[in-house]
Amino acid sequence: MPIHDLEKTFLDKIEREIKIEPRDWMPDAYRKNLVRQISQHAHSEIVGMLPEGNWITRAPSLKRKAILIAKAQDEAGHGLYLYSATETLGTSREETINDLHSGKAKYSSIFNYPTLCWADIGAIGWLVDGAAIINQVMLCRTSYGPYARAMVRICREESFHQRQGFEILLVLSRGSDEQKAMCQDALNRWWWPSLMMFGPRDSDSTHSDQSMKWKIKRMSNDELRQKFIDMIAEQVKVLGMTLPDPDLKWNAERKHYDFGEIDWAEFWNVVKGNGPCNKQRIEARTKAWDEGAWVREAAVAYAEKRKEKQPQTPKGALEAA
Amino acid sequence: MTTKYYYGDFGESGSGEITANNKKNVGIHSDAAGHDWPLWEVFIRSKQGLDHKHMGSLHATDAQMAIENARDVYTRRMEGVSIWVVESKHIHASNPDEAESLYDPANDKAYRHPTFYDLPDELKHM
Repeated sequence: MPIHDLEKTFLDKIEREIKIEPRDWMPDAYRKNLVRQISQHAHSEIVGMLPEGNWITRAPSLKRKAILIAKAQDEAGHGLYLYSATETLGTSREETINDLHSGKAKYSSIFNYPTLCWADIGAIGWLVDGAAIINQVMLCRTSYGPYARAMVRICREESFHQRQGFEILLVLSRGSDEQKAMCQDALNRWWWPSLMMFGPRDSDSTHSDQSMKWKIKRMSNDELRQKFIDMIAEQVKVLGMTLPDPDLKWNAERKHYDFGEIDWAEFWNVVKGNGPCNKQRIEARTKAWDEGAWVREAAVAYAEKRKEKQPQTPKGALEAA
Repeated sequence: MTTKYYYGDFGESGSGEITANNKKNVGIHSDAAGHDWPLWEVFIRSKQGLDHKHMGSLHATDAQMAIENARDVYTRRMEGVSIWVVESKHIHASNPDEAESLYDPANDKAYRHPTFYDLPDELKHM
C-alpha cells in the first residue's frame, strides 16, 4: 500500500477513536513523538523515586516508612510499564535507559528540586502526584493502545500516593506551631515547581499541536494547569494553609481561579539542566546502574546454572497454572 | 548479533515499521550484563474461574525470574491468583495489514446470529 493510503487509514483510525496498536502502520513522526513522551514519562517515574528515597530511612514512624517504600515500589513498577510501552515502538530498554544516563533524555524537572524536610514528602504526594494524576487521567484516553493501557494501570495505583501525601500534611497542619510552619514552608517551595510540571504555556510548547492532532494528548498544558489550580486552591482550605501566590483569586466570570505569573526563566533553567539537583539525580542513577552490575551478572550466571540442571521442557507448566 | 524481539513485534514476518532500532548501536552500557535478557509476556488470572489475561511484559533471565518479577510488578494489590509467562518471541500474531481479508468473510453470514431469525412473539424461552 502506498504511504499516502497508509497515512489516510491511520488518520481515519485516530479520527474514529480507534486505538493504534504496535503492529499497525504509523507515521515515523508519531512513533518518534511517542517514544520521546513515553520514555520521558518512564524516566520521571524512576528518577522520581530519588527525592523520596532520601526520606525512607528518615520517615517519622514505621507506618510512614512502610507507606513510603510501597509508594517507591509502585513508581518502579510504573517506570517498567512505561519502558515496556516504549519497547513496543521498537526502542530497546537499554537504549532508553542509556539516553537517561547520558543526559540526552529528559525527565520531569520537578525531581530536580531537593526534599529538605519531612513535610516535603507530603507536598510531593499531594501536589506533585496530584499534578501527575491530572495529566495521567487524560492520557488514559491517548491514541496509542499500550500507552493508554499502562496509564489505566498507573492511575489505579496512583490515587493512594496523593491521599497519603495530603494526610501527611493534614497531620502536620494540626500539630505544633513548628509542624505547621514546616507544612507551610513545604507548600511554599513546591507550589510553583508543581505548576511548571504542566510544561510551557500553550503558546510556547513545541510538541503540543501535533500531539493534540494525533490525540496523544487530549488537553493542552494550560487547560491541565488550570484544572490543577482549581482543584488545589479548594483543597488547601482543608489544611488551613495558603498557597504562595498573592494573585490567586476565584474569578466568578471565568469560573476558574486566576493566578500569578510563573517564573519561566527558572522553568527553562531547570529544564536545561541547571536545577538544584539535576547533576545529583543522574549521578545517583548511573551509580545505581554501575553498582548493580554484579547483580545482573549473578542473575545470568544463576539462570544458566539452573538451565543446565533442568530438563529441556518444564513438565506440567500449564497444569500448575 | 542476536535478533531482538519487542512486545507487539512478534517476529515472523519481520515486516512493518518496527525495525527502527535495528541499525542503532547500544551505547554506553553495551557491555553491561542484562541488556540481552529476553522479553517475556505476562498473563494473569485475576481469580479462579476467569481466563488469564495479558497484563504487560518484562525482561528476565529465565521463566522463574519472569514469574517472580511479574508477581512483584503486576500483583502487588492481589490482582492475581495465577501467572503465566511466555517468551515474547514464541508468540505468533496475525498481521494487522491483512485484517480486512482475514475477518471479512464473517461479515456476510448474519445467519450465525440469533437475531437473524424472525420468530413469532408468542414463542417463549427461546
